[in-house]
Amino acid sequence: MATAAHRAARTHTDGRAGEAALETAYKMAFDAAVAADERIEPRDWMPDAYHATLVRQIAQHAHSEIIGMQPEANWITRAPSLRRKAILMAKVQDEAGHGLYLYSAAETLGTSREELLDKLHSGRQKYSSIFNYPTLTWADVGAIGWLVDGAAITNQVPLCRCSYGPYARAMVRICKEESFHQRQGYELLLALSRGTPEQHDMAQDAVNRWWWPSLMMFGPPDDESRHSAQSMAWKIKRHSNDELRQRFVDICVPQAESLGLTLPDPELRWNEERGHHDFGPIDWDEFQQVLKGNGPCNEQRINQRRRAHEEGAWVREAAAAYAAKHSEEAGAERV
Amino acid sequence: MTNTDWPLWEVFVRSRRGLSHTHAGSLHAPDAEFALRNARDLYTRRGEGVSIWVVPSAAITASSPDEKDPFFEPAADKPYRHPTFYEIPEGVQHL
Ligand SMILES: [Fe+2]
Ligand SMILES: [Fe+2]
Repeated sequence: MATAAHRAARTHTDGRAGEAALETAYKMAFDAAVAADERIEPRDWMPDAYHATLVRQIAQHAHSEIIGMQPEANWITRAPSLRRKAILMAKVQDEAGHGLYLYSAAETLGTSREELLDKLHSGRQKYSSIFNYPTLTWADVGAIGWLVDGAAITNQVPLCRCSYGPYARAMVRICKEESFHQRQGYELLLALSRGTPEQHDMAQDAVNRWWWPSLMMFGPPDDESRHSAQSMAWKIKRHSNDELRQRFVDICVPQAESLGLTLPDPELRWNEERGHHDFGPIDWDEFQQVLKGNGPCNEQRINQRRRAHEEGAWVREAAAAYAAKHSEEAGAERV
Repeated sequence: MTNTDWPLWEVFVRSRRGLSHTHAGSLHAPDAEFALRNARDLYTRRGEGVSIWVVPSAAITASSPDEKDPFFEPAADKPYRHPTFYEIPEGVQHL
């Protein structure tokens, strides 16, 4: 990516050789900054592949926050109490905010908001597969908060130290807000688990359905993860998929115990030697299927997103017309 | 007219009285008034601020990103602007 400084400097060097030397100098400065754990900022020179990786990752992350509003919003009107309803609305609103922080971070890389939304709506950019599963009961809201937000936190905390400044700053803000998401989910599940036998079963059923998809949120195993090694070299990523997945499993086991619920994995057990829990194989075929668009809700989620965008067009147009009219009036007064 | 025709704004938030406004992030809005409202909803949902500034991003003029830019050179060779430059005999107080 040629920055303004790059272009300006280029005019002062003569010919191809000068340009190549300059490119090398920029590359060295970039590598040194990453090695020294400094942050790369929007107007710095960066390798094209680093730029492309960041756009892809931040966009996918932003889309996930926005699409992620849907499964939970599904239960707002049916929340069992005013307290739960207010909490759920605040959570879903936070997810909208997370999406906006991340879209802003992506825009610092020179992609427009419209382009990002276009690519989401046309399927050219992805969002996290987890949101293609349905929320069948109220307990799913709890399971999402505990497990899905929990997995997201495990993934996101190291991203607060990501080498790209705007992404890291967005993640700091997001992580601060996520802990409420996870705790409200845990509390909700606890209330159900300690409630009537039917409520307890509902909580267990939700955990049974969300556990494995949550483990898939960390992405494919390390030996099959295409971008992992390069992302770690660039310090976009700090830990491997499997490492984070293991961390999450180890955190969840005692939490499930305190909930009085079980995790749906007969092979789950403490491994004294490793100092970690062993767990059963993940169904990566299912993951690939959902990724390809064949999950239970892929179509519903993207259609709902497109519809919301189209039906909101008049609001955007009205606000723009209002702004244009008032800036004209202000201009006329000044004359 | 579409969403992207809304200009980008930079948001600065004063977290409490006595502190200066700090850059919080950016957002799109059709005008300043909307930018303020959006900023309130986006950056102060938990009482993070007592005052907000919004500035059109296009109105900001920035220095070059290169840290070795000659722009900052005048400051680099003037250590005498720092108090540690001066040697004071031991025992002299309040200096
Ligand atoms: Fe979020
Ligand atoms: Fe969340």
